[in-house]
Amino acid sequence: MAKKKTIRTIPQERTPMREQEPRARAKNFAEVACGYGLDEALREAERCLLCPDQPCVAGCPVGIDIPGFIRRIGEKDFRGAYDVIAATNLLAAVCGRVCPQETQCEEVCTVGESLAPVAIGRLERFAGDAAIREGWVNVPHIEPNGFRIGIIGSGPAGMACAADMAKAGCEVTVFEAFHQPGGVLKYGIPDFRLPNDVVDAEVENLRRIGVRFECNTLVGRLFTIEQMVDEMGFHAVFIGTGAGYPSMLGVPGDSLNGVLSANELLTRCNLMRARDFPDYDTPLPLGKRVAVIGAGNTAMDAMRVCLRLGAEKVTCVYRRSRAECPARAEEVHHAEQEGIEFHWLTAPLAILDDGKGGVRGMRCTRMELGAPDESGRRRPLPVPGSDFDFDADQVVYAIGTHANPIIGQTSRLKLNRRGYIETGDDLATSMAGVYAGGDIVTGAATVIEAMGAGRKAARSMKAYLGIRDLARADPGGTLFGIDLRERNFARLRAA
Amino acid sequence: MHPGELSRFEIVAREDFSDVTYLLEVRHPLMARAAKPGQFVIVMSHEHGERIPLTIADFDRARGTITLVIQAVGKTTREMQQACRAGTTLHAMVGPMGMPSPIGSAKKVVCVGGGLGVAPIFPQARGFKENGAYVIGIVGFRSKGLVFWEDKFRACCDEFIVCTDDGSAGLKGLVTEGIRRAIEKHADIDEVVAIGPPVMMKGCAEATRAHRIRTLVSLNPIMVDGTGMCGGCRVKIGDQVKFACVDGPDFDGHRVDFDDLMSRLRRYAREERAASERWSANCRMHGLADAAAPAVELLELPDPFDDVKGG
Repeated sequence: MAKKKTIRTIPQERTPMREQEPRARAKNFAEVACGYGLDEALREAERCLLCPDQPCVAGCPVGIDIPGFIRRIGEKDFRGAYDVIAATNLLAAVCGRVCPQETQCEEVCTVGESLAPVAIGRLERFAGDAAIREGWVNVPHIEPNGFRIGIIGSGPAGMACAADMAKAGCEVTVFEAFHQPGGVLKYGIPDFRLPNDVVDAEVENLRRIGVRFECNTLVGRLFTIEQMVDEMGFHAVFIGTGAGYPSMLGVPGDSLNGVLSANELLTRCNLMRARDFPDYDTPLPLGKRVAVIGAGNTAMDAMRVCLRLGAEKVTCVYRRSRAECPARAEEVHHAEQEGIEFHWLTAPLAILDDGKGGVRGMRCTRMELGAPDESGRRRPLPVPGSDFDFDADQVVYAIGTHANPIIGQTSRLKLNRRGYIETGDDLATSMAGVYAGGDIVTGAATVIEAMGAGRKAARSMKAYLGIRDLARADPGGTLFGIDLRERNFARLRAA
Repeated sequence: MHPGELSRFEIVAREDFSDVTYLLEVRHPLMARAAKPGQFVIVMSHEHGERIPLTIADFDRARGTITLVIQAVGKTTREMQQACRAGTTLHAMVGPMGMPSPIGSAKKVVCVGGGLGVAPIFPQARGFKENGAYVIGIVGFRSKGLVFWEDKFRACCDEFIVCTDDGSAGLKGLVTEGIRRAIEKHADIDEVVAIGPPVMMKGCAEATRAHRIRTLVSLNPIMVDGTGMCGGCRVKIGDQVKFACVDGPDFDGHRVDFDDLMSRLRRYAREERAASERWSANCRMHGLADAAAPAVELLELPDPFDDVKGG
């Protein structure tokens, strides 16, 4: 063993991750962040002090043995590193990309007290990508417990819940309305942030531990949640149906042909592959000058997709200021780098008709910030007489969503006033054995929050079914106690 | 009921009503159990295909099948006309989607189907008949050669009127002429249900407005997911915006903004035409005989938006 590392002996600079150059990447759908190569990963792994306190493990929502996997990367035991992560998190390649590590594991990293923290997320992605490339898969020894679990929605909440329930020995079936599993990871998040191949690989991992995916299944209409419990033999059900019903502005011109929701834009482009029209049949003709209304992560994705589809100018229109913008700082930064123009403190009053059913521009007003509103943010107020028009031939609404009405139309589940499912702290709904989590409970949130909700619901479902949750018996261990390092598990190479 | 019964979307039967209209019967036992009149499915014919909404024309719980009637007018529907045979499978079919039609306690109803709407109006007429209503069926076609399901309608309608544009069968004229006659003859019509091209449904709504007869129309705008997630199918109903996929597809015909609907259906007309022409050229290149409808005819169809909605 080499001599003990100290804060002085480790590489002082955090290893940068190569990114595609902004001007080049704004024209393609390849990933913006290229990921670490071998040398970069080894160098960054060297920066981990392997400190005994392991604050990062506590900072991780799922308690990954972070020093454990980083040490193995340092030893060039990449397979071993992946195994350590996979023991608690089957979605390494996804989480390495979309987790906000800066507010979780990396925020509390010991190295971070004096230098930039260890790039844990990038190292996790390195191990996850290696596993996908090499076809590594861990099939833990699972003792079937005879319980059947139905999961509605195959997005991040459903996938996380499915993984935990399958590992606990349940027979898990995930129902998805689209023709491919993955939910928002597939239709929403564009390939340049999270390639669909990565999502497919993670779905495949779930299949290998026995999770069944039934696509083209619209629960509520093909069969109801009540039928799942009463007739189809599911002992517990998790609802993770996610994103709602996109909001429209309610201004004149809403229904013009050049106006569409960010969800429609992203779904056509990402899931239906309209960007490869006519090789794929779904069309998505876009204007040259696109205005995107809203400044959340979805708005950032929509704008960057428009650039890549060939728009000459893409403008963000947001009624509050940059300080209130809900998107992650890094996403705004990336969008700016790629040449998106931001109109802060600007609100649309009307979408202007080109006389042929399309859009010729927008009428907007300047805003100023008044006293804080119920969200705690300063309320934007129009500046009298500040109306102005600007040219646009396409307008994209990314201003949030309402609750999807299908569950309310087809079940007796108790909903709150806004139409979202009402749950207790344990994510139990008003129907025994039925749990819910993610956007259909909280309204639009993030991928990692949805995954957290899926896992929390899994814990509650296990308690409800009386499945012993090993995590409780093993406080120092991993979250679900299925620590593959201590058990016999079959290591399979992908067929 | 077990998810293992979920379908491979196998086509078990096909019937051709004319050069452009064909029927597919698809095996899906679970969906056949769940389907109700007025609902629709979204179909993908192959992996690179688009998702097209098609109204469920019929369902057979005993056989475990869903029946779709499709008009080959766009690239996807023409391609399906060529590729879909008994024994082949669809890439995807999801449903039943949308709110079922409210088949209520109406005593006397007029069920109107035009063109592609003829097939989906059938289960509604049958549903009303089963509820004990007096059913007047009115169906419209361009000419005699396109008429189908006459016997099925006669079996469940107390009165049945066929209208053709050229008078080669039944009444010469549009379905609105049939409605006018029905209203003349019966003063006690409770409800009119109309399914067909938007222009036709608009005409039906206008024909009944003055008589204050409740008139339901079934809208099928362009959709992607069909679950309320994308908002592409939004329609104006009075002063409200509704999503046809989850709030509909049935709406009060007197409150629908049909001009808005028709304008929105033209959204991708250019891309659709280009795709169709490209496909025809490709078929010719590969010497496929049934590249059938030349692109010119596409433009001559009375209802250019049929192609985007198919059902």
